[in-house]
Parts: sequence; structure tokens; C-alpha cells
Amino acid sequence: MRVTQGTFSFLPDLTDEQIGKQIEYCLEHDWAVGIEYTDDPHPRNTYWEMWGNPMFDLRDPKGVMMELEECRKANPDCYIRINAFDNARGVESVVLSFLTDRPEVEPTIEMTRTERNGRSVGYTHIVRR
Amino acid sequence: MVAQWGIRISCAAKSHSGAQQVAPSRPPARDGATAHSEKASALTDTTDQTQSQKIDLAEIFQSSGVKEVLEELDRELIGLKPVKDRIRETAAFLLVQKARVELGLSQETPTLHMSFTGNPGTGKTTVALKMAGLLHRLGYVRKGHLVSVTRDDLVGQYIGHTAPKTKEVLKKAMGGVLFIDEAYYLYRPENERDYGQEAIEILLQVMENNRDDLVVILAGYADRMETFFRSNPGFRSRIAHHIEFPDYTDEELLAIAEHIAEEQNYHLSPDAEAALSEYITLRRKQPHFANARSIRNAFDRARLRQASRVFSNAKGPVDAHTLSTIEAADIRASRVFRGGLDSDPKGMPTGSVKEDT
Repeated sequence: MRVTQGTFSFLPDLTDEQIGKQIEYCLEHDWAVGIEYTDDPHPRNTYWEMWGNPMFDLRDPKGVMMELEECRKANPDCYIRINAFDNARGVESVVLSFLTDRPEVEPTIEMTRTERNGRSVGYTHIVRR
Repeated sequence: MVAQWGIRISCAAKSHSGAQQVAPSRPPARDGATAHSEKASALTDTTDQTQSQKIDLAEIFQSSGVKEVLEELDRELIGLKPVKDRIRETAAFLLVQKARVELGLSQETPTLHMSFTGNPGTGKTTVALKMAGLLHRLGYVRKGHLVSVTRDDLVGQYIGHTAPKTKEVLKKAMGGVLFIDEAYYLYRPENERDYGQEAIEILLQVMENNRDDLVVILAGYADRMETFFRSNPGFRSRIAHHIEFPDYTDEELLAIAEHIAEEQNYHLSPDAEAALSEYITLRRKQPHFANARSIRNAFDRARLRQASRVFSNAKGPVDAHTLSTIEAADIRASRVFRGGLDSDPKGMPTGSVKEDT
């Protein structure tokens, strides 16, 4: 099942050139760019593994692309996303997050509804491989 | 055959404009260059032979803004004739190379890594900054910023610290110029477990694989750089341009002092000028002489003395002339005239203190 998380997730997967241009956009706005990866695409899993620290003071997307390449090599069958952090409000807050890579065969995410008191509904997601 | 040329050139033009999109801070003048190359590629479609396609070097020279950089170099830097000549040569070579690429005569990016050798204070960093601008205007680096580092920024303190540190710096330098000051410190043969070697290996790898992405400039004293290159032949073969920076003559140093003064709205009285040229001759003979940097420091100290003189002598209001004139006394008060260094703490023997930076 195709996981749709973050910006551009309803578009076809971005090519490296397109990723580069998005990063360019981030750097133009002085955002720090971080790379994260995971094998667990559960929607509640917000804390992905960080691939190194977010990168500050870059001028050219090539620096991020190099790291992304390394991350792909080390985690070939994982989800990889790029996060951009804006510090305009005094905290590094995520302003852009998009997937760059997904595994060849994606797990399915199953949803079950549970009826509770007062007819309220609880949703549970389970990742099935 | 004709079509093939046409395709190749229009591809070059396309990648060219692509590179432009990636570079937002490009000088507006480069639009002209793109329009020109597109014009050139449009030409090929109609003409029968590649040979008949023409590229106007003078126009690229004008429109790319290289001319301004070279003029700036001439105007702002005093002396350094051999350096300026070499840069002019390099600029001409890069311009021709660019035209050749546009005509499809060559595809390879020329090796642009450089080494700047010369004594301290001879303008290596300043020229590197100009070089970054030049390479950017010619389209050889995408951003044209200069990242200036020394050994401390590249080499770590413990095992496993060096590689991330070096990579961090390299990432920041991508799309620009990496200037490694006193590069020979990277290599410390007396300690075989020195982490500098690791940084060198990463650097060499990036210099080879990422030639399109960044230009590395190594800088340092001539003799020590020579030893460095001899023990690291990998560097020598990857560096195409060796530029030597000569020491400034006494007259040039005086001109530099006047230039510095002018920049800050000071002027030297004729007596002060005479004192300063005497100072330069004396200072040169003393240890840790750092050319223009020593002069800048001397000027800064003269400014301090001038301020305290004006302050203690002032009887009533002072005018702009008094505030901006440096007198001979301000310069002659220097300890250099009495055989010591200005930066020496009182009572210390000459030469025991590091360069007065």
C-alpha cells in the first residue's frame, strides 16, 4: 500500500533533480535541512531515525544530496524523508517534510474501528508486512 | 551529423539554464550570456557546419561580469602584478574553455583546484575571495561563496571525529570555493597516528569526484607547501593552478597604508608618511613580519595613539582635520623604532611572542 505522508505524497515519487530543487528552495529560505529514515510508516510514528544532525549553513543542495545518497546506501529498504526547519519563530519548527524514498514493497496499514461508549469511534492502525 | 551537433549544443544550453535556476544569487548579467548561448544554439539549426558557428568571446567577457571582477582586482589590490597576470590568464582560459563547451568541442570541466603560496599578509585570502566571484561569474561554481578553514576545522580530536568534521565543512563549501589556509598543517609526518591524514584522504576524494561542485584552494608559505606537496603527491596532481604571491615592496606597503587610511577617512601628514616608510623598512627586518597585515596593525595602533594625543591636547572644540590627521609622532611612538615589536609585552625579549595578528 502506497504510504502518503508529508508534502507531495500524492504526486509520483520525486526524481533526484526535483528533490534538489526542493532543497534549493529550503536553502533559499535559510531553513535547516534534516534527513530521517524509518522502516515503520505507522502514522503515529512521528519520531523517525535521524540521519545525522540537521544541516545548517549550507549554500548548495549538493551537500544534502550527498548525505541522502549515503543514507540510501545504508538503509536501502526504508522510508526516507527530508525535513526543513524554520527558526523564524525562535524554535526550529518543521515547515516542509516530504518523502524521498520508499521500500520496494510497502507494508499495508490496516485500520480497525472500535465502537465505544456513546457511539464514539476509536481508530487503530496496524502495520502489516 | 548536423542534427547531432544541434542536439548536443541545445542540451548544453539547457543544462546551462538549469544550472541557473539552481543559483538564485547569480548576477543579473548572466542572463545575457544565456540568451547568447541560446542564440548560438539557434544558429546551429540553420547553419550547415559547426565550424561556421561563432561565439563572441568579447561579449561573454562583457556580459558575464568577469571584466568587473578583474577591474576590481586591479583597483583594490596594490602591486601583486604576477598574481594579477596569472588570474587574467586563468580567466582567459576558463572563458575559452566555456566557449569550447558551448561549441561541443570539449565536455570535461577543467580542473580548477589551486594553490596559493606566499608569505603571510600578501593577500591570499582576498584574492581567493575574488577568485570565487570570478569562477561564479564564469559559471564554474554555482554559488560563488568562500568557505575559509584551517586545520582545526577539518581535523578532529579523537578517532572517528575527523571524517564527519571534514564532511561537514565540505557540505558547506559545496557550490563554492573551499579555502584551506596553511594547508600543510594537515600533514604531520612526525606523528604517524595524526588524524590529518584522514582529512587529506577525504579531501582528495572529493576534489576528484566533485569537481563540478566545488573548487579547493590550498594556501600557505611557499617552502612548507612544497614539502607538503612532495609528501602528498595526490594533491600536486589534482591542482592545476599554482599561483605565487610575492612580498610587497616598501613603496607598495606605503601605498597600502595610505589606502587603508583613506578607507577609514584618515590622512597621513607628510611627516607621518616619512615616518611610516622608515617604520616599514625597520619592521621588515624584525621577526614575524606579515606584509600588509603588519601595516594594518601598525596603522590601527597609530590610530589609537592619535586618539589619545588629540584627546589630551584638545583645548576647546576640534575640527575634522585634527580628528583625521595622523602625525609623525603617532607613528614614531612605536616600539619598532627602538628595536622592539609593538605587540611585545613590556620587558619581553624580541621574537618570543607570536606574530602580531
